[in-house]
Amino acid sequence: MPDSAPALRFDGLTMEFPGVRALDGISFGVRTGSVHALMGENGAGKSTLLKILSGAYQPTAGCVRLGGQPKVFGSTAEAIAAGVAVIYQELHLVPEMTVAENLLLGRYPRRGALLDRAALRTEAVRLLQLVGEDISPDTRVGRLPLAQRQMVEIAKALGRGAQIVAFDEPTSSLSEKETRRLFEIIRDLRARGHAILYVSHRMDEIFELCDAATVLRDGRHVVTHDALAGVTRDALVKSMVGRELTNVFNYRSRPHAPDGLTVRELAGPGLRAPVTFTVARGEILGFFGLVGAGRTELMRLLCGAVPPTGGEVRVHGAVVAGGSPRTAIRAGLVFCPEDRKKEGIIPVRSVAENINLSARRSRLHAGFFLQNDWERTNAAEQIARLGVRTASPSTPIRLLSGGNQQKAILARWLSESVRVVVLDEPTRGIDIGAKSEIYALIHDLAAAGTSVVIVSSELPEVLGIADRVIVMREGMVAAEFDRASATPETVLHAALPVTVASA
Amino acid sequence: MSQKPLPSLSVFARLWDSAGMLLVLAVLLLVCSLGVDNFLTATNLRGLALAVSTIGMISCTMMFCLAAGDFDLSVGSVVAFAGVLGATVMNATGSVAAGAAAALGSGALIGFVNGVFVARLGINALITTLASMQIVRGLGFIASDGRAVGIRTDAFFALGNSAWFGVPAPVWLTVLCFVVFGVLLNQTIFGRNALAIGGNKEAAHLAGVPVTRIKIVIFTLQGMVAAFAGLVLAARMTSGQPNTSQGLELEVISACVLGGVSLSGGVARLGSVVAGVLIMGVVQNAMNLLNIPPFYQYVARGCILLAAVMLDRFKQRA
Repeated sequence: MPDSAPALRFDGLTMEFPGVRALDGISFGVRTGSVHALMGENGAGKSTLLKILSGAYQPTAGCVRLGGQPKVFGSTAEAIAAGVAVIYQELHLVPEMTVAENLLLGRYPRRGALLDRAALRTEAVRLLQLVGEDISPDTRVGRLPLAQRQMVEIAKALGRGAQIVAFDEPTSSLSEKETRRLFEIIRDLRARGHAILYVSHRMDEIFELCDAATVLRDGRHVVTHDALAGVTRDALVKSMVGRELTNVFNYRSRPHAPDGLTVRELAGPGLRAPVTFTVARGEILGFFGLVGAGRTELMRLLCGAVPPTGGEVRVHGAVVAGGSPRTAIRAGLVFCPEDRKKEGIIPVRSVAENINLSARRSRLHAGFFLQNDWERTNAAEQIARLGVRTASPSTPIRLLSGGNQQKAILARWLSESVRVVVLDEPTRGIDIGAKSEIYALIHDLAAAGTSVVIVSSELPEVLGIADRVIVMREGMVAAEFDRASATPETVLHAALPVTVASA
Repeated sequence: MSQKPLPSLSVFARLWDSAGMLLVLAVLLLVCSLGVDNFLTATNLRGLALAVSTIGMISCTMMFCLAAGDFDLSVGSVVAFAGVLGATVMNATGSVAAGAAAALGSGALIGFVNGVFVARLGINALITTLASMQIVRGLGFIASDGRAVGIRTDAFFALGNSAWFGVPAPVWLTVLCFVVFGVLLNQTIFGRNALAIGGNKEAAHLAGVPVTRIKIVIFTLQGMVAAFAGLVLAARMTSGQPNTSQGLELEVISACVLGGVSLSGGVARLGSVVAGVLIMGVVQNAMNLLNIPPFYQYVARGCILLAAVMLDRFKQRA
């Protein structure tokens, strides 16, 4: 690891919002030619820090130093001009435009008053070579898979002369293979002397990729490890949560009873073969697979979000009419979708509204008028029961952290008499503290006789919580394991496409 | 674990959110009362209330439409068509009930068709209602041969010209609309579901909200209320006029936006919409009293709308 001066330093950075101090005197440095992890639970201040770095926010006090020079970026344009690029989870590309047009957006080569297409293409090819990606510059960005769009975003940043590149949870939607590819590129950037700030929840990635790490908690700087070697995972987790985490999954076996969920020959878009499985009452069934294996598609068919083309779903023995979330919910089959922001929460509405949305239909006067007492008490009870951290039930849910939004969605379903709960990536983008609370909740649900289906891309999560694991691969069920036989090796092997596994 | 500070809106933003437009209205009323001659007279206030009654009634359902993330440009045409159709049927049958039923029924049908196109077939609301706006306007001209249809059934005029406690019937009917749709928005599952759809259609669908059905019902109500407003207007004018209320849809949407209804859906408050309607009316009325030429009034109305939207942005940042 090169021992060099910090290319980037945060110097007493403080950010206050009305009523909240999001950052409180944060100071640490990121050296050139190093990958520096930025860690912390949701709400710890990572996003705020990145937004200041990118020029989207202006700090209340303190500054960012580049090569020793104090800077306060008044806008994102100023940050870009100073050589800072922040690559967010939601990529900032124009899907309707080609790769080349996106790469050089805002600085198109011109010949006279006209766009110089040849020069545009040449420059785009050069930038794509920097990330070593085999993408045609003429493809529309909207047609690229997410991983390649990310590469385009990186190439775009490099094209603008970024010396400092910050990544915000870059692997959260990537497959294992794509993650490998991204790591190669990040290592390559490091070798070329860029300073890299890497925000992630994934401990494995951080130990594999990063040289140094800084932990934030509640807007304060907890610790900076200039060398990660010698730091244990437990120590890092402990500094993030401020307490020891003993066995986050907290698995215990429960009695099972038959006739929970029965899925027979379910077929539809995204599945290459019909799927059959059962989940007993009180059982937790895990679904594992790589991105694109068809897990989400299966869950959407199961819950009526997408009409199935064949097959049958039974809850407690009764057939559920397909193709409508409404009939599924009425049968006691509920679904927490993968993309919480797009499909789960109603961002502008209050926490209470989001919780009461579905269950209120059976708590009405004359089948039409709201029962204000029930609305109030149910929201308050659920908030207390699930430990949703919110200023009040009337706070818009968009102001909550990801973990608390997820708890509110769970509260929506726990307000119902549920029989089957389907959770698609329930802990994605959620900090460890909230994760263990959600795991405990899942166990409680199962212990109360609910059938639970949980989809996850995180192998430790599936193995840690499920009684049984079904592995999907390329739109089909590839294998099934009971808890005893499900090891990381067997499960992962079953999930890998045959060509890759044998290579 | 230590307690994190919780995110919350600032005190100013909360106050502005709940009562901002009412405050603006109060200030405006005070300024006009003091500064504009003849503003604070019974005759003028009656005229003012009467002038906003059409916009007021239709803004109730437009609020739902916007709250659910759609909008409806056809309302002005429906007002005219319903007046013409009602007048024609009344003249033909001599029955007020038959004329009213024909007008309301056709309004509901137009709304229903709008709703089916938008909600079931997934056609953009702007395009759908832009088309129905022109079709319905055309139908109004066809039905009346382009001329006003004088109404010969005197009993019908009571709807426009009678008064209780000195307040004209159209104003009472507007108040009734505000009450009914206020209750519908705030106290029923229908209102909450409409807001949820506007806030996030996909999430509402996955949470079991019958999105398509609710949108169709909203458009149908919108058509029916616009037709009702058209009947009341026809009763006031004692005729159905095919070219009345052009551009009304934009005034109604302006009043709703002024009343803090989010164009992206999910946010609507009846009190603020009432304030929005009245602000538009008061400004118009004051400008008339001050003898400001109508050409300038267009400019003023546009500026007010822009100011309201900017205040809204400011609120979101605060």
